[in-house]
Amino acid sequence: MSEQEKKDSVLDKRSSRRTFIKNSGLTVGGVVLGGALGSLLIKDDQSTITTTETPNHAATPTANPNVALMFFTPNQYQVTQAAVERIFPEDANGPGAKELNAAIYIDHQLASPWGSNVKDYRLGAFYKAEENQGAQTKILRKDLFLAGLDSLNRYSNEQFEADFKELEATQQDEVLLAFSEGKVELYGKVSSSQFFSLLRTLTIEGVYADPMYGGNNEMLGWSMRKYPGSRMQYVAEIQDEKFIELKPQSLNSHMGH
Amino acid sequence: MVTKLPKVPVVVVGMGWAGGIVSAELTKAGISVVGLERGKDRTTADYTMGHDELRYQHRQELMQDLSKETITYRNTVSGKALPMRHYGTFIVGDGVGGAGSHWNGQTYRFLPYDFEIRTKTIERYGIEKIPAWMEGLNDWGLTYDEMEPYYDTFEKMAGISGETVELWGKRTNPYPTPPLLKTPLMKEFEKAATSLGYKPFVIPAANLSEAYTNPDGISRAACQYCAYCENFGCEYGAKGDPAVTVIPVAKQTGKLELRTHSNVLELTKDGGKANGVIYVDMLTGEKFEQPADVVVVASYVFNNARLLLNSGIGTPYDPITGKGTIGKNYCYQVTSGGSQLFFEDREFNLYGGAGALGIEIAEYMGDNFDHAEVDFIHGAGIRSTQYGDRPIAVNRVPAGTPNWGAEFKEKSIKYANSNFPVKTQGASLPHKENYLDLDPEFKDEFGYPLLRMTYEYTDNDRAMGKYMSSITRKIAEEIGADIIDTNEEQAPFNVNKDSNTHNTGGVIMGADPETSALNTYLQMWEAENVFVLGASAFPHNSCFNPTGTLGALSYRAAEGIQKYLKEGGILVKA
Repeated sequence: MSEQEKKDSVLDKRSSRRTFIKNSGLTVGGVVLGGALGSLLIKDDQSTITTTETPNHAATPTANPNVALMFFTPNQYQVTQAAVERIFPEDANGPGAKELNAAIYIDHQLASPWGSNVKDYRLGAFYKAEENQGAQTKILRKDLFLAGLDSLNRYSNEQFEADFKELEATQQDEVLLAFSEGKVELYGKVSSSQFFSLLRTLTIEGVYADPMYGGNNEMLGWSMRKYPGSRMQYVAEIQDEKFIELKPQSLNSHMGH
Repeated sequence: MVTKLPKVPVVVVGMGWAGGIVSAELTKAGISVVGLERGKDRTTADYTMGHDELRYQHRQELMQDLSKETITYRNTVSGKALPMRHYGTFIVGDGVGGAGSHWNGQTYRFLPYDFEIRTKTIERYGIEKIPAWMEGLNDWGLTYDEMEPYYDTFEKMAGISGETVELWGKRTNPYPTPPLLKTPLMKEFEKAATSLGYKPFVIPAANLSEAYTNPDGISRAACQYCAYCENFGCEYGAKGDPAVTVIPVAKQTGKLELRTHSNVLELTKDGGKANGVIYVDMLTGEKFEQPADVVVVASYVFNNARLLLNSGIGTPYDPITGKGTIGKNYCYQVTSGGSQLFFEDREFNLYGGAGALGIEIAEYMGDNFDHAEVDFIHGAGIRSTQYGDRPIAVNRVPAGTPNWGAEFKEKSIKYANSNFPVKTQGASLPHKENYLDLDPEFKDEFGYPLLRMTYEYTDNDRAMGKYMSSITRKIAEEIGADIIDTNEEQAPFNVNKDSNTHNTGGVIMGADPETSALNTYLQMWEAENVFVLGASAFPHNSCFNPTGTLGALSYRAAEGIQKYLKEGGILVKA
């Protein structure tokens, strides 16, 4: 990617976020409430916010060291980004799963003990299960996910002669629908619907889990649905006939309590 | 190698509500107790980062590690049971506080009808009202009036917030604290239900409505409606939890020796009694034998039955002959028949709530309505709740909406704060072939057989769910909403999809040693120094969350254990 392209892609991202912020009215005194600024301001658990001028805030976004890969190859990461975006696409409400860093979240989760199923029961034989008995496959989540990504590309090439990430959105939806219905060969006895279900679950988690896990970038997943994140009390709000929108607050705000 | 420890008066297996209550009562009476808990110790400081939906709800931070032990499941006696390899339906607590740390706090008494269900059903409708497959339906061996003082004690200890409700058994005292707040959606339910002639009440809660000091001198703060109850611990201690009530009281006596990371593998036996228990330190793998005069089995429903079966104590239940008791009358909870309301231009503050925040009617519970013309017995609570909707777990969309993609995103966001349920919580009655036994093939990490569950919803459940759906629909229509989706059919049970974790039975109480494992002090008929506490003692599950009754029975058992230590023998004449 050239320098110009990089700049353009950053601008694109910002403009889609701006559109969202404009739509949702998430500004205070004309200053756009970016996540880092927002969480600092809200640390005192107040729902009203005061702010001071932060020069050049919008122009110099701080690099997020959490945005790096501990599991995927760059190509696997890009396929994941494309897939999560179709599960939870950008729309008039705001950014999609891609911009929310759901693929970073998934990378980190698959690298974690959970990706290796360490708290699952894995003893004994793996028989074919009835519908109501839950999955009985031995494959680990991390391996299931990688097999799923391979299969997404293989199936995309069979159907449309291109890798998944190169397809049109409608074609990608077609591919994912086939996966969700278990119609695609994945790996051994593993059903494509099992991969799809994992992808779907991880995408929703990546959109809505606390930002410390790497997704829900700048808490925009929460803002979109007016979810305030982690706050200590809602005694007044739950009694109010009107909806009270509170700025989201992450677990980081509980540090030092 | 097993290290044999000196004998103690009482060893308690599991430090949740049942184990905590017994430990507090016995130690206050001067009796030394060793408490064995397979998980870790916890205090409110453990929950400083407690509002972490992913960690606690979706990665089951407070639950047992299934890599070490799980259950196997099949829906019929002829099927092959397979292990529940990851969490779905049931969430099984771990650590000090047990399920009493991660529960929602809904704290009911059972109805007078429940305790005498067989007698009262036959009296009103005749024996033919009880189908052959429900032959295990039985009276509990004591009446509501006999249970009442124990309920009263439990409610005062936990500081239950609630209001006195007609259509229930008589109370000697009002709830120790007033009911929780009424939110706008609860008021909608209240208005509609009242105009239809019902008498709605606020659900009794262990989430304190105000600061409260209990008879043991434990002071706790009021609930802040932060919406992190179910699957979570309460950082305020506002939710009644053994770890902030009975266990500190027991510790303070100096008579409780709490050993955490201590997982009991089996009871040792000697003729008609238990000698003690064998347990393993889960951190080091060292094994110990702890002899005791009395063994109190107070782990979860599943493990209570499993421990007895793995120890050869009590006669295993046989679903073909109906003989034997251990594993009998496994029951669950029936929650079909609900209606979901969606609003185009109304928003509620659904991010706030509490685990027991809700409003309900009693008119369709138990035998509060005439069952002569319906093909089921018992009933359900009809209610609207506001637990607080967390965004990973709760994405309610109108029926027919896909569960991913553009439409899913749009609708799930549109309705995120614009929906609420009118739902049911129904009784689950015993079926001859719904039971627990040992799996013939699958083992835990120590080589002991896993517990096998054989369970399917019954005709009673399906008929009741359908009937209740017409009531929830009627109330929902009276409230008025842009979209109302009503679930009319009870789908087959699915061990990874059903969303209720109220398990009961397997080691049931009763008046007759032929048909029950325990007497009404929860003392085993077949092993007089073994007391088995928990919802495992319920002969059936009523239309309520089980903890209130579990707590009351634990106080009764604590009384029985003290009596047994003095006098010995079986405490109730069969």
